[in-house]
Amino acid sequence: MSQWQGQFIKIDDYRWKIPENYKTGMRVPGLIYASERMLESIREEQTPEQVANVAFLPGILGYSLAMPDIHWGYGFPIGGVAATDTKDGVVSPGGVGYDINCGVRLLRTSLNEDEVRPRTDQLINALFHNVPSGLGSEGKIRTSQKEMNQLMVEGARWAVKRGLGLEEDLDATEEGGCLSGADPSKVSDRAVKRGMPQAGTLGSGNHFLEIQVVKEIFDSQIASVMGITDIGQVLVLIHTGSRGLGHQICTDHLRILEQAVSRYGINLPDRQLACAPVESREGQDYLGAMACAANYAWANRQCIAHWVRESFSEILGKSPEKLGMRQVYDVAHNIAKIEEHAINGRSIKVCVHRKGATRAFPAGHKDTPKRYKDVGQPVLVPGDMGRCSFVAVGTQKAMSETFGSTCHGAGRMLSRGAAKRGIRGADVARELASRGILVKAGSISALAEEASQAYKDVTEVIDVVHQAGISRKVAMATPIGVIKG
Amino acid sequence: MKEAFAILDHTADIGIIAYGADLKELFSNAALALFSLITELESVQGKLHLDLGVRSEDRDSLLVDWLNELIYVFDSKHILFNRFDIESLTCNALKATCYGEDFDPNKHKIKIGVKAATYHMLRLDTDDDGYKAQIILDI
Repeated sequence: MSQWQGQFIKIDDYRWKIPENYKTGMRVPGLIYASERMLESIREEQTPEQVANVAFLPGILGYSLAMPDIHWGYGFPIGGVAATDTKDGVVSPGGVGYDINCGVRLLRTSLNEDEVRPRTDQLINALFHNVPSGLGSEGKIRTSQKEMNQLMVEGARWAVKRGLGLEEDLDATEEGGCLSGADPSKVSDRAVKRGMPQAGTLGSGNHFLEIQVVKEIFDSQIASVMGITDIGQVLVLIHTGSRGLGHQICTDHLRILEQAVSRYGINLPDRQLACAPVESREGQDYLGAMACAANYAWANRQCIAHWVRESFSEILGKSPEKLGMRQVYDVAHNIAKIEEHAINGRSIKVCVHRKGATRAFPAGHKDTPKRYKDVGQPVLVPGDMGRCSFVAVGTQKAMSETFGSTCHGAGRMLSRGAAKRGIRGADVARELASRGILVKAGSISALAEEASQAYKDVTEVIDVVHQAGISRKVAMATPIGVIKG
Repeated sequence: MKEAFAILDHTADIGIIAYGADLKELFSNAALALFSLITELESVQGKLHLDLGVRSEDRDSLLVDWLNELIYVFDSKHILFNRFDIESLTCNALKATCYGEDFDPNKHKIKIGVKAATYHMLRLDTDDDGYKAQIILDI
């Protein structure tokens, strides 16, 4: 793919603007958060062009934003944020992606590395056994159509009501694990057929389950509010989404919106950006179905978290409570949300698309959970399996600059094909084992696609959002055990 | 003979390029390319067949919808296909018989999961040699 030939206007060391006049049809400028070094790799593909294309969306406010983990997506770039006015703006399923409410959940424990290291092998095997993963895997959750409808409306609470988790988990989940407005009548039978057998499964691709050890604490006061108190403390990170349900909902509604575009007289540079006014029937139908997938994903991560607790309990012979297995937080990083934001001093209802971006609300915000009122909403930023992951918090600056959004992870640098050509899955597993990271995967050859070399260094990504002030880093952890679907 | 399809690299996802002397062959080869990414085509036997009908707005959308139909059938019914007879094809509808067998974990290796075929960078061109299409898949 050719290099992007446009010009960035440097605002400061971490902010680069694509002016509104770069391309006729842009309604707002583009703004990319990146270091000068990262900008080079961003330029290597047509990713900045995608940032400019998103600026075509009717009703887009402020900037077409991109986080430092930005990479080439379909239509929208991954790592993109776009807020549209709900009055005269649009909603675009491409701005959410196929894996609706793909996200991450972090559990802490009161265990330290010395207690867990000798048992990592057993823990990984237990997790692999208890959490269905891989392609074509079916879950232990069996639902009737009626129960599936309840699950899509209730989200994580559906699972908690069935004994899969704790009430306090819900307080430590974005939206309490339940996005309002879910309308199962807008979900096709096909989407339900794909999603029903997959409830409670990890899936494949970049989804994972990691046992991690805290390596660095940058802000001990904030970390302690999260229950992260010691270097060497063991954490568990869960990364998955809405499986076939979300994929089919996106496919179904993109098809509907594709046809709506001309009806509403919308001019778009890429068919994959298909959209409809937020207030239109098509827009509302999509949002109703999208909320169902979002809730399914929260229920999914809720079930998996429960089985993680059970697995630890089984191997270490103590109850999850005794092991201090409490939820730090759960964030969505592929979602569209209706939120209130201040624009030029006026509070406006906007539809914030976060595609490969995380909500980052500050201390004191009404939607920041009570226990984090004084420190800000936790932001979970997973890296690749050979490096590290970060915990951060949202800031006031994110609220004023990025519609309360920040980065979501490392961001791919190599295509899956390129990664596979240069790297062998078995070598990846061996190399990680030599560094004390045990990996168990459904497909060993697929491991190559997820090797460190295929990703940007998440440390660079988090440093940009920290320096730019749109989130504040709190702690860093590295994996000792990984399950890949 | 010209190749039936090729695989295209894309940072986050993967694409297919399908060729065909006519549109029917193009649609059939695009489906073959899709299943070549999911599994080893040689490992699939034509033990069963399924008749599929797809309707769409236009020819380009029909191609995307056709592949999405197959992704849906695989994900919900767990059937792998390796032969597609396109019986009729107009600019907005097709009828096909697909041959394959039920997924058997002891026999078939699943290489990747495909979430959807997208409209992104979608191309369907014709030249002296026939037809060529490019479709990006989300995996």
